Amino acid sequence: MKNIAIIGATSGIAHSCARIWATEPDVRLILIGRSQARLTLVANDLKVRSPKAAIESYEVNFTDPREVAACVTYVTSTYGLDIALFAAGVMPTQELLSTSPALASETIALNSISPALFAEPILQFFANQNRGTFAIIGSVAGDRGRKANYLYGASKAFIATYAAGLQHRFAKSAIKIVLIKPGPTATAMTAALQTDGMRMAKPEKVAQEIVLGIAKGQAVIYTPQIWRLIMAIVRKVPTPIFNRLNF
Amino acid sequence: MKVQSWGLLSNEEHLVELIDLNFKHSGKPGIPMGLGRSYGDAALNPEGAIWQTRALNHFIAFDEERGELECEAGISLREIQALLIPRGWNLPVTPGTQFVTVGGAIANDIHGKSHHTYGTFGDQVISLTLRRTDGSELLCSPEQNSELFAATIGGIGLTGLITKARLALIPCTSEWIEMESSAFNNLSEFFALSNNSVTGWESSVAWVDCVGAKAGRGIFMRGNPAAKADTKKVTERQFGLPFTPPISLVNKATLRALNTGYFQINRAKAGHSTIHYRSYFYPLDAVANWNRIYGPKGFYQYQSVIPHERAETATKEMMATIAASGEGSFLAVLKVFGDKTPRGLLSFPMPGVTLALDFPNRGAKTLELFAKLDEIVIRSGGRLYLAKDARMSRDMFETTYPRFAEFNRYRDPGISSAMSRRLLGA
Repeated sequence: MKNIAIIGATSGIAHSCARIWATEPDVRLILIGRSQARLTLVANDLKVRSPKAAIESYEVNFTDPREVAACVTYVTSTYGLDIALFAAGVMPTQELLSTSPALASETIALNSISPALFAEPILQFFANQNRGTFAIIGSVAGDRGRKANYLYGASKAFIATYAAGLQHRFAKSAIKIVLIKPGPTATAMTAALQTDGMRMAKPEKVAQEIVLGIAKGQAVIYTPQIWRLIMAIVRKVPTPIFNRLNF
Repeated sequence: MKVQSWGLLSNEEHLVELIDLNFKHSGKPGIPMGLGRSYGDAALNPEGAIWQTRALNHFIAFDEERGELECEAGISLREIQALLIPRGWNLPVTPGTQFVTVGGAIANDIHGKSHHTYGTFGDQVISLTLRRTDGSELLCSPEQNSELFAATIGGIGLTGLITKARLALIPCTSEWIEMESSAFNNLSEFFALSNNSVTGWESSVAWVDCVGAKAGRGIFMRGNPAAKADTKKVTERQFGLPFTPPISLVNKATLRALNTGYFQINRAKAGHSTIHYRSYFYPLDAVANWNRIYGPKGFYQYQSVIPHERAETATKEMMATIAASGEGSFLAVLKVFGDKTPRGLLSFPMPGVTLALDFPNRGAKTLELFAKLDEIVIRSGGRLYLAKDARMSRDMFETTYPRFAEFNRYRDPGISSAMSRRLLGA
C-alpha cells in the first residue's frame, strides 16, 4: 500500500491533490492539519468520492517541535511513508504584517519554520528506508520580493533555499525533493484577491500538475507552467526598473 | 468586483465575499450566489454583498444502500452526477444545466424534464442546514422547522445561507437515455402528444418555433433511462464563445433561419435513439457561455406557467402576441408539469404548462411585449419563474405568488438582494 502524508491537508491545493491521489489503487492518505473539524470535513469528502481509499487524519500544532516530531513518529511507525506533501501556509496582507509583529512572527513560524520541523524527521525516515518523496509548496512570490507581499514572499523564499539544500543533500540517493511554486490559485488563502477580481488558476488544474510532478520526482514545479516563464522574466528585470513598477 | 448574472443585463460593482462553514462576512446585507445561473437579479445585490459559496464544496456522506447523499451546498449537480451515476445513483430532478449548485437548486426550487414524474428539486430534499445571520444554525426538514423548510425551498436565498443538504437519489442503470422524438405542426398536436406521455415516460420536453406563420410547430422529445450502457464513445468537449459579439447573433435576420433550420433538422432525425444523458438533458452545456450569443446588451428569459384549464388558449395567445410583436425567440421550450404541489411557499411550478422563451434585450420594445404577456399570464392564473425573472412588477408578484406575506415572516433580516428589494420591498 502506498502511504501519502498530506501536511496542511485542508488547504485548497492540498485537498485537490488528495482528491486525485484518493482515486489511485491501494492508497492510504494521512491527512495532517491544525483543526480536527476541518480535517473531518476533508476526510469525509474523500471517503464519499473514493470509498476504497484508506483515509486517516491527525491534528497537530504545526509550530510545536515536539508535537510535530511525535506526529511524524506516529505516522511513520503506524503506516510507513512513501510521499509527504507539505502544503500549509497563510498569506495575510503586507499591510497587516507590517503593523502587527505578532502576526508577522506567526506567519514566518507557519510558512517557514514548520516545514523544516516536519522535513527533518520525515527525511530521516526516508534516509533509513532509502526511498521516499518529500514535496513542499513554495510560491512564485518567493522568486523576487515585491512591496505587495514581501514578508509572505520571503517566507516562501526560505522554502526554496531550504529545498535546494535538501536536493543537494539527497542528490546521490533515491530520495526525491520536489519544490512546488504555484502562481495565484483560487483557494481560501487568496479569497481577498479573488473577490477583487484577480484572475486565478483553478486548484484542480494546479493539483493535477503537482501530483504528476511528484510522481516524476521533478525538482521544481511551476504551476500553471506559464509561471516558469513569467518568473524567469520577472527575476531578470533590473532593480532600478523593477522598483519603478507598480504591481 | 463587477458581477453579472446569466442574462448579462447589468454589470455592477459588488462586494464579493467567499463564504465557508464559519460564515464570516462583513455584516453588510448579502445574498448567497453559487454558480450564477439565475438569469435575472435573484443573486445580485449591488448595494450590498454577494456571498460566494464555492468553498462549500465537500461531500459529507453517501448511503449507498438507500441512495441518500449529504453534501455542502456549493457542490454542483455536475459533480454529483459525475461521481454517482457510475455507482448506480442519479439525481431525479435537474434543470437544463448541470452547472448549478445544490444550494441554488434548492433556493430556486428548480424543475426539469422529469417534473411530471418526480416533482421539483425541493421534493428530493430530506433535510437542509440553514445558517442565519444572527449566528443560529437550523436543521430544517418536513418534520423539523417545517415552516422554515417550506420557506427556504424556492425562497431565492432570502431565509438564510443553505450550507448543507441531504438528498434522496434514484437508482440508475446507465448513462444513457432511450429517446423518442417527433415533430408536431401546431400547439393542439403538442398538447395531445404531451397528454399521452404522462405515464410511461420519465421525462419529456418540447422545443417550439414561435416565429412567423408556422409558429406553434415544434419537436417533442420524451425519454426513459436506458437499461444498458451504449457502447458509443462520449466526448466531453466544451466549446465556448471566446468573446461577446458586438450585436446579438439571434436577431431579425437570423431568427427565422435558426428556427426553420432547427425544426427541419430535428424533424428529419425524428424517431427512436439512444442518447447520452448529458446531450439529452443539458444540450446547451456543450457551449460554455452560450449566453454571450445575445451580445453586449444581454437577454431576458420569460418563463411562465399557466394552469391546465387555460393552458392551451393562453399559450396560443402568447405565441400569437410574440409573432405579432416582431420580437422573436429561438430557445422556446414547452413542458407540461405534473400535478404535484411543490413544497416551497414561493415555488414556481403548478399543475399546468410552462413556456420558456429567450429574447435579446432590445430595450423598450422587449419590455412592451413582456407587459402584454404579463397581462395574459395574470388573467390566466399563471405566474413567472423567479430564477429567470429580471423585471416583473411588484404588483404582478403579489398577485401571482399569494403566499408572499407568509414567506416574509421567515426571511433573514440580514439578507437582501436586488430581486427582494424589487419584489418584496426590502
